[in-house]
Amino acid sequence: METVVEMKGITKRFPGVVANDHVDFDLKPGEIHALLGENGAGKTTLMNILYGLYRPDEGKIFVRGEEVKIRSPKDAMELGIARVPQFPETVDNLSVAENLALLLPGKILRKNKIQSMIKELAERYGLELDVDAMVYELSMGEKQRLELIKALCRGAEILILDEPTTVLTPSEVESLFQVLRRMKEEGKSIVFVSHKLEEVFAIADRITVLRRGKKIATVPAKEITKLELAKLMVGRPVTFELKKEPVVFGEEVLKVNNLRVLDDRGLLAVKGVSFSIRAGEIFGIAGVAGNGQRELVEAITGLRRVEDGEVVILGKDVTNKSSADIIKLGVAHIPDDRRVGAVLTLSVMDNLMLKNYTNFSKNGILDLRKARELAEKLIEKYKIVTPNVNVPVQQLSGGNIARLILARETSGECKLLIAFHPTFGLDVAATEEIRKLLLELRRKGVAILLVSEDLEEIMQLSDRIAVMYRGTFMGIVDSEKAKVEEIGLMMGGVKPET
Amino acid sequence: MEWVTDLLTMMISAGTPLLLATLGEIYAERSGILNLGVEGMMAVGAVTAFGITLVTGNPLLGFLLATLTGCLLACVHAFLSISIRSNQVISGLALSMLGLGISSLAGRRLIGTPLPVTIRKIPVPLLSDIPVIGAFFNQDPVTYTSYVLVVLLWFILFKTKLGVIIRACGENPQAVHAAGIDVYLIRYLCTLIGGALAGLGGAYLSVVYTPTWIEGMTAGQGWIAIALVIFAVWNPIYATVGAYLFGGIRILQYRLQPLGISVPLLKTLPYVCTIVVLVVASSGKFRKRIGAPAALTIPFEK
Repeated sequence: METVVEMKGITKRFPGVVANDHVDFDLKPGEIHALLGENGAGKTTLMNILYGLYRPDEGKIFVRGEEVKIRSPKDAMELGIARVPQFPETVDNLSVAENLALLLPGKILRKNKIQSMIKELAERYGLELDVDAMVYELSMGEKQRLELIKALCRGAEILILDEPTTVLTPSEVESLFQVLRRMKEEGKSIVFVSHKLEEVFAIADRITVLRRGKKIATVPAKEITKLELAKLMVGRPVTFELKKEPVVFGEEVLKVNNLRVLDDRGLLAVKGVSFSIRAGEIFGIAGVAGNGQRELVEAITGLRRVEDGEVVILGKDVTNKSSADIIKLGVAHIPDDRRVGAVLTLSVMDNLMLKNYTNFSKNGILDLRKARELAEKLIEKYKIVTPNVNVPVQQLSGGNIARLILARETSGECKLLIAFHPTFGLDVAATEEIRKLLLELRRKGVAILLVSEDLEEIMQLSDRIAVMYRGTFMGIVDSEKAKVEEIGLMMGGVKPET
Repeated sequence: MEWVTDLLTMMISAGTPLLLATLGEIYAERSGILNLGVEGMMAVGAVTAFGITLVTGNPLLGFLLATLTGCLLACVHAFLSISIRSNQVISGLALSMLGLGISSLAGRRLIGTPLPVTIRKIPVPLLSDIPVIGAFFNQDPVTYTSYVLVVLLWFILFKTKLGVIIRACGENPQAVHAAGIDVYLIRYLCTLIGGALAGLGGAYLSVVYTPTWIEGMTAGQGWIAIALVIFAVWNPIYATVGAYLFGGIRILQYRLQPLGISVPLLKTLPYVCTIVVLVVASSGKFRKRIGAPAALTIPFEK
């Protein structure tokens, strides 16, 4: 048998886009085949077709040499195809055992049976998990392990891993890779979907590159360099370096003192964090999502109650002040979720004046001409691509919405910028532009708090880097002296030796 | 001690229709479907059971058809909220009004007619002689059935695979779909169970508890059942506590009447208590332990 899966000439159209344009893809038994491409290149669409979530408009799929029609995940499962989704699709309010029971035969819940099954998988692949734990108590890495176990429970021979490392710490990534190698040795075939070059190199046997819905190339991993691969992926040569000019830091803009904040469940999420940022400095906070970053940002911007400690901006105590008071001091905020940063159903113009609409009103009536002038000015300055100012923001691409939020937040008087995952989900080009804009603001003397899960971004932009783990800083390091390995360890909760 | 036993006996009987309706709604909501039509389904169940029993003299047939009409009405809600994904609140409210309307139309000629048969209490030998606890064993066959249903529905929900699937449907239907299980089927099933039990609860009111047909005799019990689901934190066992408590409030209404307290004021008692229950159930401590199913009222699309 030469191939386990062969997809031929797959085409899938969505309103307005061709997500897959005559794509060919094949998978050999016992190999890890990486599917590489930027966001929106059509990787997930292709794999959703293989998993039966979408049906292709054109093209054929062969599994073990036979042509098949995969109409639903159930069909896929019967063919031995399983998917580990990017964000675990577990049922958080059930226990691990109950989550697995969904997939197992038998009508009555039998915990010892599930327990012994997990024990066997732990010995074979190194997948360990407590069956009694509630899923919401698990870390992201453990949830993903649960997804892998779910796939194996169903007797999967072909595994699709969709961006599996997005939610993991570097050490969790390493243990995932070990599990995947063990699976490969057992003869399982794995599709590894990713946009991260390093990972693809570390794990894949062959690499298929997609760009804008088209297949660009399939190459053995050993026969290509990182730069060549990046060029294939983006379609033009990529610079991995950004120019960061030296600046002289000014006065202290933000000072956070021993801050304690609760999360939505009422548990302590930020456990006594202290730091300060000076004008012209980028202070980066690295860490895996869910370690208190969101709560920290919301507390500083006045969106969440501070339990203890203080937040001082430009010498003024703003602890538990309203966000309006904080905005008045010249604080800009780019939230991680663009649906929070912009009102998607309102127009571009409405969104651009959202923060200071009082400037555009006379006796409670809006001066739309003035608002339009400002909007047009900002659209030009920040290169926001939009048909006109009256288009609802939801029709813009992610990159343009990101630019719009940045334009609104930083166009006025801005002393402190709080940027939370500013480039999340953007393609390489848009990411580069946003990063350049941040450096431009730094040059102008804005103090910037940059919170990101993207370690590369943090390393590139920050002057100092703090690593957040379970609500505390594991350490604060100078970015020039920082090593990726060291920060990676801290992200996993290991304190540096000093 | 005797009066405690007597009071409890009455509370249980008065609480049985509430218990049945609450059990059904727990299943619907656990699968992610909020059905606000309980009041309507109960009313239709009540009129069906009464009419059939009157005509055929067979209360069992009456009960059977009441569950069936309850199901039928729930089908409307299931179709609207599951198949065509319309707003569950609107659809449920419509169902309530529709049910009340149908029941008063169908029951016009039944008003004031006595039933040829009465369902008597059948005390369980020995058990019914125990003080206080004996109250549970001095009841009618329908109430005994409701005990079995409580245990059965609890067992299914928490100890079987079907139960896990139902709960998962209410928490994260995507995960259920990914497991190759038909979310629509499960949600239909649970919504129909909800309708059947609401119909049965209504039947109990008109054939066993009252027993007569009065227009609007459900008197808001369907709405109280919906509140009780929250009080019971979506658990069939806890539903008994809430249902019997509200049964007690109903008894209290009749007891306080001779003392000269105005009747309209007394009629507000269950609703005042409902508000109190909701305030308690929504307080921080309760909420942290268990909230509503995460996907409740959210339509599922493949």
